[in-house]
Amino acid sequence: MSELETAAHPEQLCRVAIDPLSRVEGHGKVTLLADRNHHIRQARLHIVEFRGFEKFIQGRPYWEVPVAVQRLCGICPVSHNLAAAKAVDQLIGVEQLPPAAEKIRRLMHYGQTLQSHAVHFFHLASPDFLFDFDNPVAQRNIGGVMADYPDIARQGVRLRKYGQEVIRITAGKRVHGTGTVPGGVNKALTLRERNYLLTDLELMTQWGRNILKLMKKAYEASPGYFTRFAAIQSNYLSLVRADGALDLYHGGLRVKNDQGDLLFDHLDYRRYSQVIREQVKSWSYMKFPFINSLGPEKGWYRVGPLARINNCDFIPTPVAEEERREFMALNNGQPIHATLAYHWARMIELLYATEAIRELLLDPDIFGDELVTRGEMTREGIGVIEAPRGTLFHHYRIDEDGLIEKANLIVSTTNNNQAMNESIRQVAENYLDGKELTEPLLNQIEVAVRAYDPCLSCATHALGQMPLIVELVEEESGAMMDCLVRDADGKVRESFVEF
Amino acid sequence: MSGEPSFTLDGQQIPFQEGQTVMQAALEAGVYIPHLCFNPEFTPHGSCRVCLVKVNNRMQAACTTPAAGGQTVQSETEELREIRRGILQMLFVEGNHVCPACEKSGACQLQAVAYYVGMLAPHFKHFYPRRPVDASHPDAVIDFNRCIMCELCVRASRDVDGKNIFAVEGRGIQAHLVVNTPSGQLGATGFSLHDKAAQVCPTGSILTKHRGYDIPIGQRLYDRKPINVVGDVAQLPDSQGGRRHD
Repeated sequence: MSELETAAHPEQLCRVAIDPLSRVEGHGKVTLLADRNHHIRQARLHIVEFRGFEKFIQGRPYWEVPVAVQRLCGICPVSHNLAAAKAVDQLIGVEQLPPAAEKIRRLMHYGQTLQSHAVHFFHLASPDFLFDFDNPVAQRNIGGVMADYPDIARQGVRLRKYGQEVIRITAGKRVHGTGTVPGGVNKALTLRERNYLLTDLELMTQWGRNILKLMKKAYEASPGYFTRFAAIQSNYLSLVRADGALDLYHGGLRVKNDQGDLLFDHLDYRRYSQVIREQVKSWSYMKFPFINSLGPEKGWYRVGPLARINNCDFIPTPVAEEERREFMALNNGQPIHATLAYHWARMIELLYATEAIRELLLDPDIFGDELVTRGEMTREGIGVIEAPRGTLFHHYRIDEDGLIEKANLIVSTTNNNQAMNESIRQVAENYLDGKELTEPLLNQIEVAVRAYDPCLSCATHALGQMPLIVELVEEESGAMMDCLVRDADGKVRESFVEF
Repeated sequence: MSGEPSFTLDGQQIPFQEGQTVMQAALEAGVYIPHLCFNPEFTPHGSCRVCLVKVNNRMQAACTTPAAGGQTVQSETEELREIRRGILQMLFVEGNHVCPACEKSGACQLQAVAYYVGMLAPHFKHFYPRRPVDASHPDAVIDFNRCIMCELCVRASRDVDGKNIFAVEGRGIQAHLVVNTPSGQLGATGFSLHDKAAQVCPTGSILTKHRGYDIPIGQRLYDRKPINVVGDVAQLPDSQGGRRHD
């Protein structure tokens, strides 16, 4: 763990705040404490939003929960819906869904993964690869990408649209559908719907391959920077299928350490609370999960695309597996710790999602008419899924009447909390330390956070250039020394405002 | 033309039989007047006020006003739509109607009428009352958050089922639906899903337990056509997405 978490004498340091972080989902801020010589002494990522869903749903009927909790998020509601639905399946005593139901849920989930990964890469992160940090801030957004790289921007929009169409057809709506029901789904696909989705699929796979070429080009242009920027050694946690394959819908928990050694494998996720604990820190609303046996200092881990590609033994579709092998060769098959490699891994998953969708669309089970099953009611259900941003845990307990008594959610971004903090400390130490802070330098902090594709609130999402205020404060008197303001239109100006 | 009496509704001649209300005659003639507490199987109640019309230029509830020859009735005017929107908005903010998560969404009469009168936002400050969900019955759930006090379940249980399971307690703004037992729990009553009272709720207050969201979006009762074309949820059979168990 970095020593930059807590400064020894914060009262004598300048405070710089990046508030809010831009081009991420939700609302968070980074604070830096620097001494007179611009040496960074403390760096923290704070999550300043409150998520009250565990409380909101208390006393509500259990079968309402998957539809209610998906409102946590507008980007990956399907993941919340499915994690809750898997928990509800357990509540009604269902271990195995009918084939049609499981495959339609999987289809929904891969559509979700495709659209979410496309949004993140093309709309939010691509400016970090396509433009230099020194380019005007007004250019470093999706508008700038549209102006200078219209083909890439168009592909991003259409990839997302395709994923949304898969969701609409399986869940009823592009955002916040109601396709899942306890023990199954409420509709199968029709032949017409299947054929409609097959129409553009080949093109989506082709674009997925193209974007990986772009990613490799970015890597080859500056392999040292790509490998070292915000890189941290960590453990990795994800679900894997029983045969070790990448599986985003279901599997057992696997944790590897930074050397690639298995800490545990194929663990039934219903036992998650025995192996994962959460630490609370006074300066953030987001908890800090860790592997219980390793403790909070060494037990923190990373989840999401990088963790999944590092953890799985293979990808069960040919083109994505070829890309995985090439990616893993970067470190001779050992875990890749480069934080920017998250983007690369994410695009491998985007490609995998297109292939997985094809397999499912060609499976006759999706036309099946057995869509729901039931078993004996139980009082506790735990659903875990690989959401686009990482492993997502939903845990519910109901009373004897079927009303929610207690809920616990560990959302994907929470799992990456310590890792994101470590990454910004690495950037602060290596790129900002000793330098006068400028907007392009501060953007590097955001680039580090953005690589994780955090969904900071899992509830609110902002579009466009978010305002940012950076204040330099005199260490002893607390007086403002300088203030940079980035307005909503992207213009940066000097300003003095009340601290 | 026969000698059948008639009145005009928004300029259209509506024939009626002696003893019919404006609402009954209009519905029989295929002309929709928005309503919530009215159900043709029960004595008109006149409590929700959504069916307000102007009869000879006076505001009246269409469900309780007897039809009379030569009446001039106005219903689809902007003035009346505005009043109806206000009534709907008050109903929405007085309870906790969370349509995005409600399993009746798309097949809810309250929601469908709100759409019909052009209500797009609640406008008023929400009351956010704290009301419980009664899931004590093995087959049914009552979500009091969604009750609009139409008293259709009270009337159905008393007049059709002969069980008198529901009642209204309190007065004025304090009035609320209760289960008519010492414990106040539905599980302590002889309520059955086959009761008429289980089929008449125009909102998502009385629900079947352990199931929801069975009908895909796009196929729900009011997904394709508005309520003036489709009709009331209580009047349509289960097989068509309604609540009636034939």
